[in-house]
Amino acid sequence: MLGFIGRRLATGLLLAFTVVTGMYFFLMLTGSDPARGALGLYATEEQVAVKREQLGLDRPVVTQYLDWLSGVVRGDLGISSAQNARVIDLIVSRLPVTVSLALGAVLVAAVLGVALGLLAATRPGPLDRVLQVVMVLGFSLPNFWVAIILALTFAVQLGWFPATGYIHLSDSPSGWLWSIVLPITALSIGSIAAIAQQLRNSVITVNSQAYVRTLRSRGLSQRNILLAHVLRNAAPPALTMLSLQFIAAMSGAAIVERVFGLQGIGAVAINASGNSDIPVIMGVLLFTVLVVVLVNLTVDILYAALNPKVRNA
Amino acid sequence: MSVDMTAAPAGRTSRRLRAFLGNPMGVVAGGVLLAIVVASILAPLLAPRDPNLVVLAEALRPPSLDHPLGTDGNGRDILSRLLFGGRVSLQAGVIMLATALLCGIPAGLLAGYYARWFDGVSSWIFNMLMSLPEILIIIVVIASLGSGLAPTMITLGVLASPDIFRLTRSAVIGVREELYFDAARVAGLSDLRIIFRHVLSVVLGPILVRSSFIFGMAIIVQSGLEFLGFGDPQRPSWGGELSNAFQSFQRAPELVIAPGVAIGCTVMALVLFGAALADSLGVSLRSKAKRAARPARTDAPRVEERAVDGEPTSDALLRVEDLAVRYVAEDGTAKDVVRGVSLHVARGEVLGLVGESGSGKSQTSFAILGLLPPDAVVSARQLCLDGQPLIGLREGEMQKIRGRRMAYVPQEPMSNLDPSFTVGAQLTKPMRRQLGLSRKAATARALELLDRVGIPDPARTLAAYPHQLSGGMAQRVLIAGAVSCDPELLIADEPTTALDVTVQAEVLELLRDLQRERDMGLVLVTHNLGVVADICDRVAVMRDGVLVEQRPVADLFADPRHEYTRMLLNSTLEDAPPRRERGDLQEVGS
Repeated sequence: MLGFIGRRLATGLLLAFTVVTGMYFFLMLTGSDPARGALGLYATEEQVAVKREQLGLDRPVVTQYLDWLSGVVRGDLGISSAQNARVIDLIVSRLPVTVSLALGAVLVAAVLGVALGLLAATRPGPLDRVLQVVMVLGFSLPNFWVAIILALTFAVQLGWFPATGYIHLSDSPSGWLWSIVLPITALSIGSIAAIAQQLRNSVITVNSQAYVRTLRSRGLSQRNILLAHVLRNAAPPALTMLSLQFIAAMSGAAIVERVFGLQGIGAVAINASGNSDIPVIMGVLLFTVLVVVLVNLTVDILYAALNPKVRNA
Repeated sequence: MSVDMTAAPAGRTSRRLRAFLGNPMGVVAGGVLLAIVVASILAPLLAPRDPNLVVLAEALRPPSLDHPLGTDGNGRDILSRLLFGGRVSLQAGVIMLATALLCGIPAGLLAGYYARWFDGVSSWIFNMLMSLPEILIIIVVIASLGSGLAPTMITLGVLASPDIFRLTRSAVIGVREELYFDAARVAGLSDLRIIFRHVLSVVLGPILVRSSFIFGMAIIVQSGLEFLGFGDPQRPSWGGELSNAFQSFQRAPELVIAPGVAIGCTVMALVLFGAALADSLGVSLRSKAKRAARPARTDAPRVEERAVDGEPTSDALLRVEDLAVRYVAEDGTAKDVVRGVSLHVARGEVLGLVGESGSGKSQTSFAILGLLPPDAVVSARQLCLDGQPLIGLREGEMQKIRGRRMAYVPQEPMSNLDPSFTVGAQLTKPMRRQLGLSRKAATARALELLDRVGIPDPARTLAAYPHQLSGGMAQRVLIAGAVSCDPELLIADEPTTALDVTVQAEVLELLRDLQRERDMGLVLVTHNLGVVADICDRVAVMRDGVLVEQRPVADLFADPRHEYTRMLLNSTLEDAPPRRERGDLQEVGS
């Protein structure tokens, strides 16, 4: 099992390294100019040249990359080229917002998606059809639009929730919960439908397997077979879907944040993109990819815990 | 050969077209899509105003004749802007979809066809693409290439291509395993031609369906980017409209509705169109799932009880009279798979249930066990186990009988063990439930049983997972499971068919020994008359759902009355292998 986790972790880190390296050279070689980005459109060429030297952009790209990489290994992500701040501070101050949203959305989606999926699979009829409709709606309606409608209805009109702003968990746990309810709702609707649909299909597939009939022939109850045997065998594809939904939620959070005026990683990245602030962009990218790797690793471990064949492979 | 191939798809195409046109959802969705495309193309003609005409005096007007959807914060006509905005969304969709197809299909074809290192490398790359959060990647791309439509949508297309890649790759692998692939190769067709002729025709349907999803995704993500402010403010777009509306959120909240509806309706039409397409192409998960859905239902099959004519139950262990199994299809047509079957089994008796595949043997067995899917309608004048009627019992009452009083040995050992649980877990659970044993007592009994069914190292097998067992071992485990709660009746559905010939004889012998030891009634479903001759007391012959003959074995072999029985006997005796097998059995048995 430890060997399995080690291999998966190594693969994940290799993936992160490949993505980050590829993106670094892509950014550096396709004409983005952090010096110009930092100084704005009206700076003179001379000012830009000085800034360029200051930022070390006159050195060969490979040297810059190696510098950056050795910094990363030491936990130093460098300094923003547009503002006087350490990249790591910028990210660490904003990450909790985005992670609260993405993790919250995925947790909600996992609980409700599994419950709905099981119900739809075992009670075909109205519920199943409603789920199909919700699935289509969940996919078709952009989550930022749903977010706007939610904000409009529940925050502006009814005043039940704060319309904007993030409250830190350490400041006020209830305020924190209240401030993320609407964004999480907007983010999770599509994921709930996707997970429910996936689980429904795999429960139906597993239910038609011969061993389910044999378990019934031994006198086990339908409920026990469903919850212990069928769910366990149907879980792996739903888990994969869950990890994909988490990645989607990280993306979605970047947009939904804006609707609710939350200053998350998305806002940092958007600003950095406008200023060609390469250190910040790379920092955000690195963090996001590492979070994704971590989530995928968790899913792999769960997968192995559920499936003896994976574990022994 | 080539004539057949070209003729078949043509007939199929028209049939699929008819199927598609018969689906109102698909036709409506298609109509909506067509209307949106036409409206976007004809936007310059249809739009009541210049979409960029700013009339500050007319800002935030409610809908009127002049402005059917009202005006935005700059006094621009919203309907005109949405009409022109549709062009951006459609362009975005076309670019993203084309990129996804151009990356995914060739790579999938090559990876599936040539496998080896190319498959490894490309699968790794596409897996990596799947784990990238798209918005962040897009932000990186925008930072270096600007926020033009082409670079962003091409990037998104690349990020969406794993879907297409995986579809194509698995379809190619599927085709490679088909026989006609080898035939085509032997016939001298070039690789390229085989790919185009066979593989593309297979993947085209699923790819069309996924394409409609990707197109929808393109519209949503592109709107999201416009909403975030990555876009040309002069160029009207749906996401940009939503962003504008969001700016004047406090003064005119209703403005957010129209752009959202435009996006939502278009994407929904695409999704439903894709789903309808999938249904008519027969690639849909839903229709497959629908067929499979029935066994998933938790309620027991409907049982119609016919008037019981008051006939006293004899001392037979199992008594079945006039059993019928009927399946009613969704279109209302009924199919009787078993009709008028009457049979009986006494304690300590072995009844052979013989017939070709599809003759209703297994359906009869499952009807007795109450394990038919819910869409099966079972009826019988009598269906009694040791005098207790089984028909009309609730699922909960049947659960007490299954395993405890009558048990089942399946045909295919590997697919009848839950792959995620150890042998021990699967063996002990029913004993704890049905016999009320403690975990420890159940484990001890499971070890004894495994030893009894001839498993050399019971402790190790108990801890093993099904995939670590051989077929013969797995079948022994299943037999141990079947007898674990001391049933009076055992129903074995072709218990040796899936096993190696050498193991077959041993497993049969085991079944017979257990049956004698425990004085069980045994129904042995088989198509092998050699097996019947060796271990059955009586034999019932089935054909097309009807019992054609039921007699003691010796009588039947000496003087088969029914034409069909004679045919079965002749075919068995003419074939060399079954006779040899029979010889084996007698040797082992003696």
